[in-house]
Amino acid sequence: MGSLRFGYSVNAIVEQLAVTTFNTGRIFEASGLDYDYPGNIAALRQISLTIGPGELVALLGANGSGKSTLLKLLDGLIFPSGGELLAFGKPLSEKALRDGPFVLEFRRKVGLVFQDPDVQLFSSTVWDEVIFGPLQLGVSKDEVVSRGSEALKLLNITHLRDRPPYRLSGGEKKKVALASVLSLHPQVLLLDEPTTGLDPWSQGNLIDFLIGWADGGKSLVFSTQDLDTAEELATRVIVLGTDHGVVADGKPEEFFSDPDFLLKTNLVHEHSHRHKELVHRHQHIHDHRH
Amino acid sequence: MKSDDFLSKNISNITHLLESVMSAEDLCRAPGLLQGLDARVKVATVVLFIVVVGLARSLPILGGIFALILVFVVLSKIPLGIFLKRILIFIPIFTAVIAIPALFVTPGAPLVTAGSKVIITEQGARTAGLLVLRVTDSLSFGILLVLTTRWTDILAALRWFRVPSLFVAVLGMTYRYIFLLLHTANSMFLARRSRTLGTFSGRENRRWLGQALGTTMAKSQHLSEEVYLAMLSRGYRDEGLALNSFTLRRRDFLWAAFALATASMLLWSNWR
Repeated sequence: MGSLRFGYSVNAIVEQLAVTTFNTGRIFEASGLDYDYPGNIAALRQISLTIGPGELVALLGANGSGKSTLLKLLDGLIFPSGGELLAFGKPLSEKALRDGPFVLEFRRKVGLVFQDPDVQLFSSTVWDEVIFGPLQLGVSKDEVVSRGSEALKLLNITHLRDRPPYRLSGGEKKKVALASVLSLHPQVLLLDEPTTGLDPWSQGNLIDFLIGWADGGKSLVFSTQDLDTAEELATRVIVLGTDHGVVADGKPEEFFSDPDFLLKTNLVHEHSHRHKELVHRHQHIHDHRH
Repeated sequence: MKSDDFLSKNISNITHLLESVMSAEDLCRAPGLLQGLDARVKVATVVLFIVVVGLARSLPILGGIFALILVFVVLSKIPLGIFLKRILIFIPIFTAVIAIPALFVTPGAPLVTAGSKVIITEQGARTAGLLVLRVTDSLSFGILLVLTTRWTDILAALRWFRVPSLFVAVLGMTYRYIFLLLHTANSMFLARRSRTLGTFSGRENRRWLGQALGTTMAKSQHLSEEVYLAMLSRGYRDEGLALNSFTLRRRDFLWAAFALATASMLLWSNWR
């Protein structure tokens, strides 16, 4: 599979990356991260966390708590206003991602699926979309074709191959967006609200798929508002508070069995609802089947 | 509700029109003459024909070229009605404003008179006719190319001809996102209508339209920033790389030879 472009040997990079990841045992290390929107509006404050290989991490938090911003920081698309962020033991800075072998190495290893698939599906056909990433990263032509076909097959969307993305349904767009990142063969998948806008059947399918995908020691970091999705998929939960900092970091069962904590962090709320003829008000967590 | 209806119909008609004009996937797959050709050959020969049209100075030659185009349309299994509808939509937009005054202001021998007053001159009619036919022929070649070639293949052919990748990327994205933005504009109008009782004055409608245009522009800017980030995320480095799988076949050489011979003959007749 070696690369013919950019003058770097892909195999050497992969080996180097494996060594780096193995040595540090960490994929991301953030310490004291701050991020401000224009006008000094706080998006993230003093975020410190580490994410290791094989972890399935759910980012939870109320609207506007900074989940999407954190995912973009982890993908090296925006850069912190303060603090330090390392990826595979190296600083994830604008300079490091501008050129040199690290950008190629990083983009091959980390993929981000955006919340709005229309943002991510910019090519004229589904096929062009799924091969876009491998092409840019200098994968050989045969490998590009093979990865594109494999990604379409993996998500059962081969029949959409020649369709323009704007003519797809919401669920189909989500699948194509995921396929376009999976064709990179990433080791770390970042997903922004992956189940939003999907019907329950498609949500279940996606969760099954992601559990299967991550089974081989790959890492998953996803933001969600849906506690069921977090509970079913994640082995670790990081909760962002309304002050834009980390308010909790641990195993899902530690938090989901603590109604007071969920209420305090706006992950559930007391609301009126109906039980047959009776309408009453209390906090509400649904049990579900697996 | 007259002015509201006018706005509503215009926004939704523009959306439907652009969608129907620009999406011709079924026609691109039809087993016709032009669909079977290499996209690079088609782009090159269409450009050649458009140059010939631009140089043509005789109405019969321009008319003959249009007849030839209709033959290509039939051989490419494109329904004539669909093709003519696309042309007739654009010709008034592009040429009416320029061609109609030429009928009346060009000096020359009288063609139409009212009493002793000359209204239209022969030279005026010829100038207007040349303009309309040139636009018709050029546009027809362009539409023929778009109807018989997938948009991705046209973009790939442009890249093959070393058209700057940024230009090609902008073309591709314009095509991709114009529908999304039109649907956004449509939804904005429907959202306004759902909260409206009674009618708005023309002034209020104009003000709303201005605001809607501003909002759509702000949305498109945000969208473009997000799209760029999505591209960066998958390794884009200011030079879009594409997978081209062009192959030249015998029919491509035959078509290129035919196009060259026809273009030479037309130019020779033109200057004879």
